[in-house]
Amino acid sequence: MYSRAYKAAVAIPPVLWVTVFLLVPYAILFCYSFWSLSPQQVIVHSWNVQNYLQLIRNPIYLTVLFRSMRIAATVTLLALLLGYPLAYFVSFHAAKRRDLLYQLVIIPLWASYLVRGYAWKTILGSDGVLNGLLQYLHITQQPVEFFLYSPFAVVLTLTHIYTPFTFLPIYASLEHVPRNLMEASQDLGVSPWSTFRRVILPLSLPGVLAGATFAFVLTLGDFLAPLLVGGPSGIMISNIVVSLFGAAYNWPLGAAISLCLLLLVVGLLFATERLEKRLLPT
Amino acid sequence: MSFSFTHSSKQFPTPVPESLLSVRNAVKRFGTREVLRGISLDVAPGEFLTILGESGSGKTTLLRLIAGFEQLDGGEIWMAGERLDSLPPYRRPVNTVFQSYALFPHLPVFDNVAYGLHAKRVPKSEIPERVRGALEMVKMGEFAQAAPARLSGGQQQRVALARALINRPQVLLLDEPLSALDANLRRQMQVELKSLQREVGITFIFVTHDQEEAMALSDRIALLRAGLLEQVAGPREIYGKPFTAYAAAFIGQTNLLHAEVRDGVAQAGAIVWPYQGAAGRALFSLRPECIRLIAPGANTQATGGSATRFHGRILNQTFGGATDLLELDCGNSQILRARVPSPGPLSGDREFEFCGSDAVRVIGVSEA
Amino acid sequence: MRREINSRRPHLLTAYAILVYAFLYLPIIVVVVYSFNGSGVGGFPPSSWTFNWYTQVFADAPLWDAVLNSLIVAAIAVAISLALGLPAALALDRTQFPGKAAFRRLVLLPLILPGIITGLSLLMLFVAVGMKLSLVTITLGHGTALISVATTELFAGLQKLDRAQEEASLDLGANHWKTFWRVTLPNLRVSLIAAGLLIFTLSLDEIAVSFFLIGRDNTLPLEIWSRLRRGITPEINAISTLILLFSISTILIWYRLRTRSAHAREPVATMLPTALEGEPL
Repeated sequence: MYSRAYKAAVAIPPVLWVTVFLLVPYAILFCYSFWSLSPQQVIVHSWNVQNYLQLIRNPIYLTVLFRSMRIAATVTLLALLLGYPLAYFVSFHAAKRRDLLYQLVIIPLWASYLVRGYAWKTILGSDGVLNGLLQYLHITQQPVEFFLYSPFAVVLTLTHIYTPFTFLPIYASLEHVPRNLMEASQDLGVSPWSTFRRVILPLSLPGVLAGATFAFVLTLGDFLAPLLVGGPSGIMISNIVVSLFGAAYNWPLGAAISLCLLLLVVGLLFATERLEKRLLPT
Repeated sequence: MSFSFTHSSKQFPTPVPESLLSVRNAVKRFGTREVLRGISLDVAPGEFLTILGESGSGKTTLLRLIAGFEQLDGGEIWMAGERLDSLPPYRRPVNTVFQSYALFPHLPVFDNVAYGLHAKRVPKSEIPERVRGALEMVKMGEFAQAAPARLSGGQQQRVALARALINRPQVLLLDEPLSALDANLRRQMQVELKSLQREVGITFIFVTHDQEEAMALSDRIALLRAGLLEQVAGPREIYGKPFTAYAAAFIGQTNLLHAEVRDGVAQAGAIVWPYQGAAGRALFSLRPECIRLIAPGANTQATGGSATRFHGRILNQTFGGATDLLELDCGNSQILRARVPSPGPLSGDREFEFCGSDAVRVIGVSEA
Repeated sequence: MRREINSRRPHLLTAYAILVYAFLYLPIIVVVVYSFNGSGVGGFPPSSWTFNWYTQVFADAPLWDAVLNSLIVAAIAVAISLALGLPAALALDRTQFPGKAAFRRLVLLPLILPGIITGLSLLMLFVAVGMKLSLVTITLGHGTALISVATTELFAGLQKLDRAQEEASLDLGANHWKTFWRVTLPNLRVSLIAAGLLIFTLSLDEIAVSFFLIGRDNTLPLEIWSRLRRGITPEINAISTLILLFSISTILIWYRLRTRSAHAREPVATMLPTALEGEPL
């Protein structure tokens, strides 16, 4: 029913834009990662794999990468531990207030990232709200230093930011669980907890997977939270990239790291897709 | 007197001279599934043709092919001497009444009905007159400014009709338009549709799965089964002379008798009747209303001639107002259904007879 | 009709849920409360009530320059995203063409890709073509990143559309273009507004991509960011509260629009897994 002209008219503009502003930049990124920096701080277009070798040889990069992945995994885990029960509560036990409770979750999600990151900074600082509260309650005499400018702060902030991200897909998949499945299960003599374990949890796994992927990938690539609350010990891989494009001027190396990140993310997405297909074989 | 028709189950459509719309060997596939497997059909000008079939038979697909919302994978469609299937839907002289009515919710009734006229750039001065006329025709004259969402199902359907007919198409396609209405409203609309069609004189192609509706409305019925045409004929003919077991069973109710023919006699189980035909196995259709209940003690000669008689044990009796539906066990695990004027409660073994020499019709070589 | 299974209130779960909500809102509440705090940031408890910081905000000219910049960028980003997201959604919903799966993945990639990668790759593009960094580059970056949001929202809107209406329009003699204008677009009105609102809000808050594309003029988040680098001031609490107020109201309006016309409640959540698995598209 749709003529060639129609198909061309709808497909070509977005394809064109995406090619120019996504594909071409990635290609340029790719090229840069194989170039190098001359001693005069000029980018030389000689093709080599020096940058990648440097990534492997110099321990600092791998260290930070692994730290980043640890932080990302921790954040993902915590976000799931917070988001799943919340989603379950809103989906199954909220009755009339379901709409309201749902809105209460998406508000922090879309309200400014910067504001939330900044908020934790004011709370965790040595003269921040938390320390003030602890001293007020005479729990501590001195300000506690490690709250802020540590991996702890980064994990806390990012967990706060990405919990709604895990909530959404889990909630969506829970909503799709037909209520009569639970009734049938309990009718057959299975307890609520076992029903959850054997019926609901498996059916919600695609949502869990989606949420986990989101939280992990976005945390891994996050550079703002470490800059706000991370301090020197909370640096993540993206911060290295940022400085390579800033003060530590070495674009080719930065491009190499970015490309690795990009490939890692794309690889993760493919793996998730595969896994999801296996989980729900419809 | 002689039952000498034998037909294969693939039947050629009744040839109609100067057909308006001609479908030739239409084939349509969805993925690997062949939904239409070579349909050929000629539609006469001014006729009310019903495409009848179960869900999955391909009837809606055929309609959509004529309307232009699907493309043929094989075959052709011609209208009035020109290729129709190469035209996009908005250039075909064909209009559709959709099953869901598909009225534009953001436009009032008037603008809905006028939509096609605007598209064809009919002069603005003509439009109000024609819209009024169309709405009057479907008895929705007062609803010109109403919002479609506020109309009942039946009212929406009339507006949809007006919206289609106002464009004076050569063929009007109706995709199960009455299926969403309740029974009474449905019957009422059937009558109105039929008279509307006669009044307007346009060819109607009507799709339904309801065989009663098909019989009530149509000049001809095209029975579609699994992508092929089973039979195309008028209602009385398709009912009285079904070509296949499927046609016999789908249209109205029937009993299928698998009989052995030898020496001018057909025998199915304990039932025997005269039949002049080739020896061998044959399939017969016996309509339930063609079985008569013999009152106990009736004169054997009452019917005059040798009416076929048989015994049956009453298994079930369903009261139906004027008639009852009886389920009979006639031995040899043969269960027949009989429709008789309500006789009061029955039980046990009773005697029955065929109501005439044409009670039983041969359908074809038995496929059993 | 929904039926709640357990009539027994699960106390543990309820308490846990309350704690999670508290966790989610705690920082926000702190920021709002302390924006009225006389002695500024930090310390406990807040000492005195004042509107000083807000007065400061409203007198802060460079800040409002940045706000204006952000509004302009956001408006244009909405235009770009919708103008490209709508055909993309139509293409994905209705047509088949070779490479459709790859196209779908590419269009949705920025949704899940960390902003740094989108930002950096665009930076390299602009450097390669010699384009100076400015609000223009930021706008192009936002547009690119947010097309995926537009596509997802409009795709969902198209799915809810009664396809028969478009067929009816074609049937009545209007060609594809007229059908698009007279039938499809009016029916998409709510989806378009909702998508526009969402993109607008996301653009106003966008920092990760903008970080790399910034020229001489700041957008609001970048302006705040540069001030944060110089040190925390109580004014920032007030700014943050105002921003929160604004985004919360727009998000609530967006949510109402989104769920108002839906026959079935279709939570925005499906957007994320859809982006990942891509399957429904």
